[in-house]
Amino acid sequence: MPLSLIIEQALNGLQLGVTLFLMASGLTLVFGVMGLINLAHGSLYMVGAFVTAWVSASVGSFWIGLGAGIMAAAAVGALVEVAVIRRLYARDHLDQVLATFALILIFSEGTRWLFGSQPLWLDVPDLLSGAVTLPGGSPYPVFRLAIIAMGALVALGLYLMISRTRLGMRIRAGEADREMIGALGVDIATLYTLVFALGAALAGLAGAMVGALQSVQVGMGEPVLILAFVVIVIGGIGSVKGALIGAILVGVTDTMGRILLPSAFGLFMDASSATAVGSALASMLIYLLMALVLALKPQGLFPVHARA
Amino acid sequence: MKRLAIAATAALALATAAQADTKIGMITTLSGGGSHLGIDVRDGFMLAIAQSGRTDIEVMIEDDARKPDVAKTISDKFVQRDNVDILTGIIWSNLAMAVVPSVTRGGTFYISPNAGPSPLAGAMCNENYFNVAWQNNDLHAAMGAYMKDAGVEKPFILAPNYPAGTDALTGFKSTFGEPEREIFTQLGQTDYAAEIAQIRASGADSVFFFLPGGMGISFMKQYAASGVDLPVYGPAFSFDEVILGAVGDAALGVFNTSQWAYDLDNPTNAAFVESFRAEYGRTPTLYASQGFDTANLILSALEVAEPSDADAFRAALEAANFDSVRGDFAFNSNHHPVQDILVRQVVAGDGKPTNQLVGVAVEDHRDAYAAECNM
Repeated sequence: MPLSLIIEQALNGLQLGVTLFLMASGLTLVFGVMGLINLAHGSLYMVGAFVTAWVSASVGSFWIGLGAGIMAAAAVGALVEVAVIRRLYARDHLDQVLATFALILIFSEGTRWLFGSQPLWLDVPDLLSGAVTLPGGSPYPVFRLAIIAMGALVALGLYLMISRTRLGMRIRAGEADREMIGALGVDIATLYTLVFALGAALAGLAGAMVGALQSVQVGMGEPVLILAFVVIVIGGIGSVKGALIGAILVGVTDTMGRILLPSAFGLFMDASSATAVGSALASMLIYLLMALVLALKPQGLFPVHARA
Repeated sequence: MKRLAIAATAALALATAAQADTKIGMITTLSGGGSHLGIDVRDGFMLAIAQSGRTDIEVMIEDDARKPDVAKTISDKFVQRDNVDILTGIIWSNLAMAVVPSVTRGGTFYISPNAGPSPLAGAMCNENYFNVAWQNNDLHAAMGAYMKDAGVEKPFILAPNYPAGTDALTGFKSTFGEPEREIFTQLGQTDYAAEIAQIRASGADSVFFFLPGGMGISFMKQYAASGVDLPVYGPAFSFDEVILGAVGDAALGVFNTSQWAYDLDNPTNAAFVESFRAEYGRTPTLYASQGFDTANLILSALEVAEPSDADAFRAALEAANFDSVRGDFAFNSNHHPVQDILVRQVVAGDGKPTNQLVGVAVEDHRDAYAAECNM
């Protein structure tokens, strides 16, 4: 197997990982700070993609579309938090799952009603189209590199925000002891809305970037949401660092597995059954990874201890 | 205009429901990444029904969202509650395999406007099952033969992992021989980075892909951005007019095989393309032509017999006494078409690329499974 293929696949894995991180970071923050399981996070991803596609097509600029998509996702997130989610914090997880599942259905049908059920196609902006040559000698799409770079920036920004700013301090304090920061005079309701909107904006960003690469359609968020849950379980629920490491682990495992397993089985099987067995096993690989991590570290890789 | 026409048809169907003599149930894909296939089959079908001027035919249309369980539920409803005489419309072979065997065994006619999985053409064939489009292997087998003639030596071939995908690669290999590499992707997959990386590393001299609907759009867009410049080939399913519109110039020059082309020169086809454009404001895809032919086949049989007289109606269908947009059309012994397979090339068109007919790949093609079928 040539080195250039390994490098290219590693980059593909990194790109998938970064996309998952954008989803998982919001999910894990919301769970860590508010103790809420939000199944509707995938819908915010879809909202970001649809608004980006729609605004880009009407205005003719991907960048304006992207800005609009992120802001729309954040606004919808804030609205949903105030209207629905706020009532769920005190309830148990089953109620939260039921209510946010209902939100998925509402968002999916609403989007179908507004935009129709045919997929929209979002073009990669000219600035980021085409390919660059990697050090190994093979070309690689610029847009995928841009997604990786953007993910790295977001990770850095989140790290700085959580460790250096007052908002970050409050988020950490909220994870550690919700009642105490309320008692100290922090406006918990606003903090929750802010965190939820931040998570929604990151999901919207991920949706817009992936939408340009693939397609924008109703229900696009749910497959990613499942992977994002795998990521936060592996990384340790509530930990942004865990989400980053977990996302990259899942992204690289999935992409590498898809090429390495079929070739590995090809060593002792005929080609078509090796492809069949290899790809079947490759699609299970991340769940095996999750099972392995849970067996060794039941709290995930970077557990947040404070939760009593 | 389109909505208006559909609404009008629906209203017409409602108004005549009371005295409708023939009920047709259409299960097709109208949402998600595969929706333009179902939409074109439906629009082609309804155009033919409208042109026939018959008001005693009721067509009920439901969206299966490309989910086998949904298709199965709809078919149960159509057969058991609505007592339809004829079912049609399914796009995807995995859905067809879930619905068709039980429906045709139960005595309802199923006329396929698209999916043609190999079991239904061979060992599991049924006297009440007809396929107006093709058997799944056909276009791929023709492309395999074409690529062999064109001097291609080491193709990289890929298709989604579902019945039509395995049929596609089987069909290709039946005429081409062993490819350099073959892989299966997931049905509905939208990210092809891993596959494109393998294409680049494989040392292949060309790519043959069967990725219908949204899958083809995603693949071609990502392939064009990847910097891999191997020539691509495929069946018409990977290069229909909707895919070309979304992909743009990246597909220029590509050869693909089809059983129909909108510029195929015969009067029936010219009239069809003109009326379809007038009605819906777009160029029909091969799926629309299949929907149109399916409806006209049914109409021709209804002229002779009622579906309630199953033997007479079946004989009328077998006669295939209708003007196909493909020109010559006849059924083989297993109720699958005997037809020419054409070669088309993607050329620059009016604002977006389009397909141009360049020749015939195989004349009077018969599928490979007829011998296994005992009706």
